[in-house]
Amino acid sequence: MFERLRFVPAAIAALGVLAGAAGAEGLKAAADVKIAVVVHGNSSDAYWSVVKRGVDDAARDTGAQVQYIAPQVFDSVEQARLIMAAVATAPDGIVISIPDKDALSTAVKAAVDAGITVINIDSGEPQGAELGVPLYVGTTSEYEAGIKAGERLGAAGILLVACINHEVGNISLDQRCQGINDGLAKAGGASEVVAVSQDPADVTRRVEAFLASHADIQAVFATGTASANPLIKYFDEQDLWSKYKLYTYDLGPEILQSVADGKMGFGIDGQQYLMGYLPVTLLVQNATHGLMVQNNIYTGPLFVDTPEKAQAVKQLSKEGTR
Amino acid sequence: MTDETSGPPEPSRAPAVARKSLMAGDERVAQTSRFTRLMRRPEAGVLVGLVATFVIFALLPGAESLYSLQGAMTFLTLSAELGILAAAVALLIIAGEFDLSIGSMIGFAGIVIGLLVTRLGWPLWAAVGSAFAVAVLVGYLNGLITVKTRVPSFIVTLASLFILRGLSIGITRAVTGRTQIPYILDNPPDPWTAALFNGHVFTGLFQWMGRQGWIGVKGDGMPFVAGIPMSIVWWIVVTSLAGWVLTQTKFGNWIYAAGGDPVVARNVGVPVARVKIILFIVTAVAATLLATIQVMEAGSADTVRGTQKEFEAIIAAVIGGVLLTGGYGTVLGAAFGALIFGLVQMGIFFTGIDTDWFKVFLGIVILVAVLVNNFARARALGERSGS
Repeated sequence: MFERLRFVPAAIAALGVLAGAAGAEGLKAAADVKIAVVVHGNSSDAYWSVVKRGVDDAARDTGAQVQYIAPQVFDSVEQARLIMAAVATAPDGIVISIPDKDALSTAVKAAVDAGITVINIDSGEPQGAELGVPLYVGTTSEYEAGIKAGERLGAAGILLVACINHEVGNISLDQRCQGINDGLAKAGGASEVVAVSQDPADVTRRVEAFLASHADIQAVFATGTASANPLIKYFDEQDLWSKYKLYTYDLGPEILQSVADGKMGFGIDGQQYLMGYLPVTLLVQNATHGLMVQNNIYTGPLFVDTPEKAQAVKQLSKEGTR
Repeated sequence: MTDETSGPPEPSRAPAVARKSLMAGDERVAQTSRFTRLMRRPEAGVLVGLVATFVIFALLPGAESLYSLQGAMTFLTLSAELGILAAAVALLIIAGEFDLSIGSMIGFAGIVIGLLVTRLGWPLWAAVGSAFAVAVLVGYLNGLITVKTRVPSFIVTLASLFILRGLSIGITRAVTGRTQIPYILDNPPDPWTAALFNGHVFTGLFQWMGRQGWIGVKGDGMPFVAGIPMSIVWWIVVTSLAGWVLTQTKFGNWIYAAGGDPVVARNVGVPVARVKIILFIVTAVAATLLATIQVMEAGSADTVRGTQKEFEAIIAAVIGGVLLTGGYGTVLGAAFGALIFGLVQMGIFFTGIDTDWFKVFLGIVILVAVLVNNFARARALGERSGS
């Protein structure tokens, strides 16, 4: 007991020395570091809730003060305003996503001009570089990932695909569908976009109507969990697995279960937990030690295409980290 | 509730009658203090709510960032954009109608401008002019259908909400294959049109203040806040204009009359149908003004812009003391309502509250603001509780 008590002042003294040393170089202790994460996806979205989980875990592990901010509905103008608000709080680092370069350029430039270290995640890799954002953490471009997926389908003899867009207005999803179409085109195939909303009943109704009026469609490709989950349920209920193939971008517990059961073809993993965790950790390192990674970090695309792979990832997905 | 409030549109004028009366000792003709008369104005309650909101956020963490020049600009521009809508929406609600299509109108107007500029190579002024022409048509149709069929405007404009949003997505996807229209401001022949909507005023003053070291400057010596954004200028212009029409013109009296009791109004010769149709046009035009400001600011148009703005505008008007039943309210109150909404929405972020809880706090603050407003008005008008 006494020994432990004696350690406390020593530890406090040691912390004081450390803090003093950091202060001497104009650097901060981790607990004083403030980071704002201003992205276009709200944490009520299955995909972004995993990003936020990564952000929250990184905040806990580093001890820094981190805030996750996103517009209530997808709105780039609103996101730009939130970035401006974050800049006004003079944080040590800002994590952003760039779904619409034109709308966000002024705000992003303001952050860079203010001398705040900015890291770009999830979307807009080339656009970020043009605006002076030094680092991108995310998948290779959505379009590239889509091409790869389209080529896989084409190689498997699937040439006519319905691409389900559940977030009309988000350029990333446009590019996912465009990529699939262009990847299919290499094998002589094509895809058609079906616009749906984020409402599960709406997704199934519209896809049902589309499939009924397009008899030659061989596969349905969802562009995210919001459209994939209701479709898995719909396919199960109507027993459509023998008639159509189902693929999706992103992962979730339902998707992994379906792949593990040998029903779904594959899910594309962006490993978005890392998109939340890594930038926060890197920005804390930058503020406390002046360190910075020098190359963009690609967290995807990772094709989870066998029941074994899916089984392995499933538990993590339930815990909210995949 | 409606009985007390559907009386004279200008409660502040009422005491004039009392002063003329010779009877003393009767509470109905008693002199009222200057303060009571002030508090009886429809926007008094919201003013109390506004002050309360300012004070609450001043006491919460992050206040120094929120009330810094940069922080203030973020909530003022949000309030300005909402306020432009709220001024028009307030007039329409006072006249007894709703317009739920303005959010979709924002998206649609942006698409019209974007496509005309990028696809047909039109100059900005012509594209913006066309968007306003479309808005007049949309507003006219909303109004005409509501007035002629007597279907509640809530339903008619709900249909327009879907139709306009659907048209935005359908047309944009058909023409461009995408849902965003970028590069609208790359090489337009008339950049001065854009400056009318996205520039700043008093830039010289702000640069001077930057040189004096009063406000923060960037590495190149320019201030972080370049000036007062045009959206705020437009907000002031629109609010002043709408306020002047409502309080100083015959048309303003017609608006109150149409919302107070349309049958009586029609019987005394107020052209109720025409008033309502004009106000539907006004809301659509206000939505288009906001769309133009957003397009010029962002340089891009997007099919989902403006989603849910119709509700935010109605909330701002209601916080500002406009009664949903019509016939009562002011434009100034709606402007204060927009200010409260913008302050709350941005202020919550500055406090550092986990944003998973954002909507809970937004809902509570809106409810409290309206309750404070109602309480203050009830006290000032001398209502008894339970009436």
